[in-house]
Amino acid sequence: MELGERLEYKKMLLTGDDAVAYAVKQSRVDLVAAYPITPQTVIVERIAEFAANGEFEGEFVPVESEHSAMSACVGGALTGARVFTATASQGLALMHEILYAAASMRLPMAMAVANRALNAPLNIHNDHSDIMGSRDSGWIILFSESPEEAYDRVIQAFKISESVDLPVAVNLDAFTLTHSAEIVRMLPDEVIARFVGRPPRRPTLLDERSKSFGLMALPDTYQYFKDDHYRSMEESPPSIRRVEEEYKGISGRSYEPIKKYALEDADVVMIMLGSYAGTARMAARRMRSEGHKVGVLSLGWYRPFPKREILDAVEDADTLVVMDRALSYGAPANPLMTDIITMLYEAGMRKRIINVAYGLGGGEFTEDDARTLLEYALKEGPRREFFFYYGGRE
Amino acid sequence: MKDPKLKPQLRFQINPGGWFEGGSSVEYTTNDWRLERPVINLDKCVGCLYCWIYCPEPAIIPLDREGRGPTKVEVDYDHCKGCGICAQVCPTKAIEMVREEVKV
Repeated sequence: MELGERLEYKKMLLTGDDAVAYAVKQSRVDLVAAYPITPQTVIVERIAEFAANGEFEGEFVPVESEHSAMSACVGGALTGARVFTATASQGLALMHEILYAAASMRLPMAMAVANRALNAPLNIHNDHSDIMGSRDSGWIILFSESPEEAYDRVIQAFKISESVDLPVAVNLDAFTLTHSAEIVRMLPDEVIARFVGRPPRRPTLLDERSKSFGLMALPDTYQYFKDDHYRSMEESPPSIRRVEEEYKGISGRSYEPIKKYALEDADVVMIMLGSYAGTARMAARRMRSEGHKVGVLSLGWYRPFPKREILDAVEDADTLVVMDRALSYGAPANPLMTDIITMLYEAGMRKRIINVAYGLGGGEFTEDDARTLLEYALKEGPRREFFFYYGGRE
Repeated sequence: MKDPKLKPQLRFQINPGGWFEGGSSVEYTTNDWRLERPVINLDKCVGCLYCWIYCPEPAIIPLDREGRGPTKVEVDYDHCKGCGICAQVCPTKAIEMVREEVKV
């Protein structure tokens, strides 16, 4: 489909989990190896259903744990297959050791992470501590803010991972996205099939001439592999942008490293990850109509970190409110705050920054809560601040 | 002054993700890991091949006796790490572990 042509959608009422399952079905995936865990369960159930009904062409492997799920994905990717898995929370934690193998072996694959809090105390609701725990595994990490975005990002993930030889994790918030139904404008099967194509040829276990993968590298060579992996992440942004632009061509939906709302001339900018950004935008819209100069910036990309784009967007703001849904105990700052402060320091920018830990374990965050924080930030205060904000009901 | 950005030359080409053409471990010798070397007394060896089965490397090479199947064995000293399992499992005590001399 060319730009300008009338785009054909099938409007479906889908939860985030359903949307991801449809994206996988349409993306000509060869192998899905996954283990169900709340709140990702529906993704696995739906794909199993598609497979049972003969609607899913690939292989569905119901493994016995997430550790095996990721291991099977690594094995599948090594045969040149297009692979997918999905998990959350404890499941992602159990995969941890194989996440590093997948990334440093430069294997293309896509994974949906239905962001859920980590034990203890036991909690099945939404925060970002699971993916933050896997932050340094060398995966590309993207965030979505709606079921449709989760659908779009998963389709893009296959193409991104195959163009840069890195695995891609697409995050969708537990329940607020995974179990909330919204209209998803699904694209026709053949349009997606053409968009994703077949995975490009790469060295595989099935090659005529035998190859060894996942070898040991001793101190004389190990650093070269890490250097190469690090560089591949640094050099990935143009390829990711290219896929986003191509996707815009087939869908008319525009994706960028960051999402900007009312940032021109904003004095206070709230920086966020995930679905609560929509809530904050609602608050900002109302406050703008009352003349307050507030804006909201949310990240579509988390790794690679879109430094340039964020700097350009917040250059003129006085105060940043950095919203963390994960903690880094005893660290100089929490995950997102650490990234933002490092980025500002490198650019020589000094601003008032308020770091807020919020929404942990599904803690509520309403429009009023966003407003409370934005109003607080508009007033004079200390240059650096950190506090827990519980939000929700009194 | 040494340039800290200078990287040493690798002895071989590395591929992104760390794959190699098959058989790469043949060229990668591990003989300097060894503290003791297995020495086989072929007079005592009865060709049962227990050592060949148990060797984790494999660094025990069966010797072919004029086309009548493998009997006696020899050691691939390029890859033997000197673990001594062969000496342990040998039923005729034909393998002795001999201390490697220190190379100066």
